[in-house]
Amino acid sequence: MSAAIGAIVHNCEPVRMADIPCVGIEGFRTHVVERVKNGARLVALWVMPGEALRMMAVLAEDEAGICEVLLTEPGERYGALTPDCVQAHWFEREVYEQWRIVPDGHPWLKPLRFHAPWRGAGAKDAERPVPGVTDYFRVEGADIHEVAVGPVHAGIIEPGHFRFQCDGERVVHLEIELGYQHRGIERMLKGGPDARTVHYMETAAGDSTIAHTLAYCQAYEALSGCTAPPQAQVVRGLALELERLANHTGDLGALANDVAYLPTASFCGRLRGDFLNLTAAVCGSRFGRGLVRPGGVQWALDAARAEQILRRLEVIARDVRGAVELLWDTPSVLDRFEGTGRLTRAQCEEVGLVGVAARACGVARDVRYDFPTGIYRLTHVPVATYASGDVFARAYVRWIEVQRSMEAVREYLGLVAADAMQNECGKLAPDSLVVSLVEGWRGEVCHVMQTDTDGRIGGYKIVDPSFHNWFGLALAMRGEEISNFPLCNKSFNLSYCGHDL
Amino acid sequence: MIKAILERVRQGRRTVEYPAKAPEMPERFRGVPQLALQRCAERCEEAARVCPTGALTVRRNAGGGPGEATRLQMDLGRCVFCGACERASGGGAVRFTRDYRLAVRTRRALCITGGTLPRVEPLTGSVRRVLGRALTLRHVSAGGCNACEADTNVLSTIVFDLSRFGIHIAASPRHADGIIVSGPVTRNMEAALRATYDAIPAPKIVIAVGACAISGGIYRGHNETCDGVDGIVPVDLYVPGCPPHPLTILDGILRLIGRRVPA
Repeated sequence: MSAAIGAIVHNCEPVRMADIPCVGIEGFRTHVVERVKNGARLVALWVMPGEALRMMAVLAEDEAGICEVLLTEPGERYGALTPDCVQAHWFEREVYEQWRIVPDGHPWLKPLRFHAPWRGAGAKDAERPVPGVTDYFRVEGADIHEVAVGPVHAGIIEPGHFRFQCDGERVVHLEIELGYQHRGIERMLKGGPDARTVHYMETAAGDSTIAHTLAYCQAYEALSGCTAPPQAQVVRGLALELERLANHTGDLGALANDVAYLPTASFCGRLRGDFLNLTAAVCGSRFGRGLVRPGGVQWALDAARAEQILRRLEVIARDVRGAVELLWDTPSVLDRFEGTGRLTRAQCEEVGLVGVAARACGVARDVRYDFPTGIYRLTHVPVATYASGDVFARAYVRWIEVQRSMEAVREYLGLVAADAMQNECGKLAPDSLVVSLVEGWRGEVCHVMQTDTDGRIGGYKIVDPSFHNWFGLALAMRGEEISNFPLCNKSFNLSYCGHDL
Repeated sequence: MIKAILERVRQGRRTVEYPAKAPEMPERFRGVPQLALQRCAERCEEAARVCPTGALTVRRNAGGGPGEATRLQMDLGRCVFCGACERASGGGAVRFTRDYRLAVRTRRALCITGGTLPRVEPLTGSVRRVLGRALTLRHVSAGGCNACEADTNVLSTIVFDLSRFGIHIAASPRHADGIIVSGPVTRNMEAALRATYDAIPAPKIVIAVGACAISGGIYRGHNETCDGVDGIVPVDLYVPGCPPHPLTILDGILRLIGRRVPA
């Protein structure tokens, strides 16, 4: 592997901005491309607000458990990384949309979120692009037809637009166009932290409240030199695993629903809520709102409450097993799951998938194992993988993870004590940066916090796992029947708002 | 097949007893807050200061000292129920109860100074006649974070079993009697929301679910959002929360169509 030239940091290890090398754009480009070719992963590529716009790459080496941070000044245009590094594709579109810095040679430079640029002449409201109105990749031919779906979908689902190029029933190409959920979170974080900051984190992707809030709080703690008490770390781990349990269980039910296997669908629909109710037993909110805060958590768990939660968990655990194991016993379910929406390990590595989608391609990639923080430093949750890369693999990895998370929750409940839950955090260190990674239920949640000379937030990057994985869904649909889209989509179950921010 | 039947028997009936019985909310659930002006010592200002959405306001007489606050008001349309004010006020000036019945018919009713909310008045006249017995709703997520969406979606599970009340979620606005909207309405969803509303045949109703849909919530004042639904389409039912509990949503809808619910 080529040697690092940037600053090497661990997860949640602060670094002074002055210690991050800023190299010429050519050297930057070559280095990122080479590193990714040699197995590193592009975790984030973004431009920090400021007078001289600087672009930052965050590269992760999963096996070594380290990140490399590197800066460059791209100027008004530079040679795009994407032709040689697919992982940069959406990042470079984002950079162009926000800052109008042109990546020359980018193969598909079009809007990602449909907002006015953040600087320059175009930054006027009148010049907002119309959402969804843009060029779409078209396949020509007498037998080809186009199917357009969304933004409003046929259920209680977030908005997004899908454009299929089909040859009969077969999907030749799927293009996914998002941005309808764009609320402008990242820009509003500048100048913080303030009373709203933590709430932006809780609602960046509401089904991943704990994961995003935890990523923020760990970043905050790293830059303010504060640590959460051990008891708070236990409660955080507990909440993160309950979030995973609820969503994985819900997904397994929804997958069953999409192949018309209703017993598991209806059991799991209820059981998902039972897990949410356990989170509500901890903090009053089914989504963990108001629980995780910089310095710790706001709600204590005493032994009696832990005991009560454990009793409820055991009942749920039995029901989840009964509900999910029906899937593996039902030939009609397996027939629809197996071989559908298959991705290869090579595709996974090239695109840089994270989370369940990556582990279902046989790639052992899990922040809890590769970059552990908090309780995960002390107790280990084994990484669950399955190699077939299809809907079955994505379902089965979820089932293994449900069982592993259940074990973890049992363990954490045995560790609780109503000790101090929150330490006072001081001011953020000025001119510093931290990369904070958390394994949410969808995959790697990455937050990068950068402070200005006054110790306020100067720039903040949020990368939801969905940002890496939406392209994976498009790839999984190639050659599939269009009627398999709901099933494939659900097997990824990606976030619209987490992508759009 | 036999395994599925056995599992069905083992898991049993799981639908909540509501509305036959009042539900037991989680001990730490934050529902309708009680405001107590008389407990408003100097820390009431602190409680208002920590509010992330400006939902809590304190007014004092000019030159008035501690204990002379004249008005303490909470806008439940903005409140995200984080409980920060309750912690900051210390002395009990703000206290969240476990009352889940938060839905109201008018925006103004959400601004409370004590601790009581008017109950939802049922629809009347021809609207009630047309929609009261079988209600089909379309859902539009317009910048929602997927929490309001998830806790609306859950109403269709066996736990709440929405269809037992004759209420269904439709896949097309043409088949719907109204819409449920979540999210602050992003600029990028404004046109889609209008188009969906326009496509629904009259008479029709609009239900705004969550702080974002009511007031913009945490996204209020953003350049990229529209500060809620009622600047775009008229709203018939406001359901506060971040997100509202499924029972809060269900209770509001049932009251709206005049069904019997726990007092």
